[in-house]
Amino acid sequence: MRTALSGLSVARPRTLAQALKLMQGDAGGTRPTPLAGGTDLLVYLNAGTHPGQAFIDLWGLREIEGVRVGARGVTLGALTTFTTIREHAALRRRFPALTAAAAEVGARQIQNRATVAGNIANASPAGDSLPALMALDAIIRVRSLRGERDIPMGALYRGYRDLALSPDELITAVGVPFAPPRSVQFFRKVGTRRAQSISKVVMAGVLRLGRDGRVDHVRMAWGSVAPVTMLAGRAEEALLGARPSRATAAAAREALMRDIAPIDDIRSDRGYRLAVAGNVLEQFLRTADARFARD
Amino acid sequence: MSPRVSLTFTVNGKRRRVTVPPMKRLLDVLREDLGLPGTKEGCGEGECGACTVLIDGRTVNSCLVPAVQAEGATLLTVEGLARGARLTALQEAFVGMGGAQCGICTPGILLSSYELLRRSRGRVPGDPEVREALAGNLCRCTGYQKIVDSVRAAARARAGAGARAAPTRRRRTSAARAARTRRSR
Repeated sequence: MRTALSGLSVARPRTLAQALKLMQGDAGGTRPTPLAGGTDLLVYLNAGTHPGQAFIDLWGLREIEGVRVGARGVTLGALTTFTTIREHAALRRRFPALTAAAAEVGARQIQNRATVAGNIANASPAGDSLPALMALDAIIRVRSLRGERDIPMGALYRGYRDLALSPDELITAVGVPFAPPRSVQFFRKVGTRRAQSISKVVMAGVLRLGRDGRVDHVRMAWGSVAPVTMLAGRAEEALLGARPSRATAAAAREALMRDIAPIDDIRSDRGYRLAVAGNVLEQFLRTADARFARD
Repeated sequence: MSPRVSLTFTVNGKRRRVTVPPMKRLLDVLREDLGLPGTKEGCGEGECGACTVLIDGRTVNSCLVPAVQAEGATLLTVEGLARGARLTALQEAFVGMGGAQCGICTPGILLSSYELLRRSRGRVPGDPEVREALAGNLCRCTGYQKIVDSVRAAARARAGAGARAAPTRRRRTSAARAARTRRSR
């Protein structure tokens, strides 16, 4: 059943301070739901699966918009859309994994509205930008009337759609540090169709070979293979300090199978996801260095 | 009872004011409150693109935009493309090349194509670029090729005879394949 949209109320703060005050909730303990681009929330409302009656419209709140490029990385305002990300010259140059992900979130109509913080807060295990942000060691900046704090992306998801946020906290920005010099970035989404499909497996990786020819930096973040977007810690461990070879790739693939826990669902099944995740891992490694495919 | 808000925006060049529930879908505001039924509802969940309109020059799924977020914006719907009875080059191309069949997806496809042609600024986009730009618009009739051809024809018409077309991914003709094979022997 569709939610009766005509009965819903919307507060429209003009400043971040007003928005944070609204996040405190009212005397009756009712807390409004933040609304940004609406590309997930309106789907739930149209389907009648969102219980919220009161919303805070953040769209157009300038204080949490825009991309700032600094000396050590970039700061994406919470309301930065995927169109802004995919078209931003500096982001394309420095964060190809992120801009590739932004270009595959939904289609243009979605990318024009959907925001980076919205994708993070929606916390779908299939969220396409999340592995890219996690592999790049992004920091989530959250704020409430009590103050501001930073949460590493890798520590944000405690369980299925369970964020390490207090109910009064709002995501205001995402900090993305520049990846180590000479590292290779990779993004791969596997779905039934290139646009609009919800991922069966989605992965982002960053890898660097040190001067001694051994892997000295590696991050691999995965979506749709566990209840949350996750870093493949065992597979990373199998790679760190190793020289690129087919044997190293095989060891990493074997370790990955112990990292991830995919399920059967309407989009795919466990066996397919395990096989494809292993293949995507090998594709990432040989893209980073051809020796991962040699004996 | 439900709270209503008074909103003002520009639709197809005209300033309009509506008093509606703030979370009413922009799609419904256009169709019901503004008498513009050219914008269609398909899936109602942002997958099919039938409800595509432009907000401040960017395509959106109007089934996913609450009316309140259109306050002060400039909107373009399919009704705003033609000047009276004079169709745009884009519309002419769709008519002339069979880019429209049942018509439900057509308004959304025209607006996504409009955004693409604006973005490509006189350059004729290649076949893959058109397909990527229209990936959020589903058509169950045409098989897409005639839509892609229509968009590229409109881009060529606009660019004029002197423009260089971007390379296409069209299936190579058997003649071209044969030529390649011969060369490789």
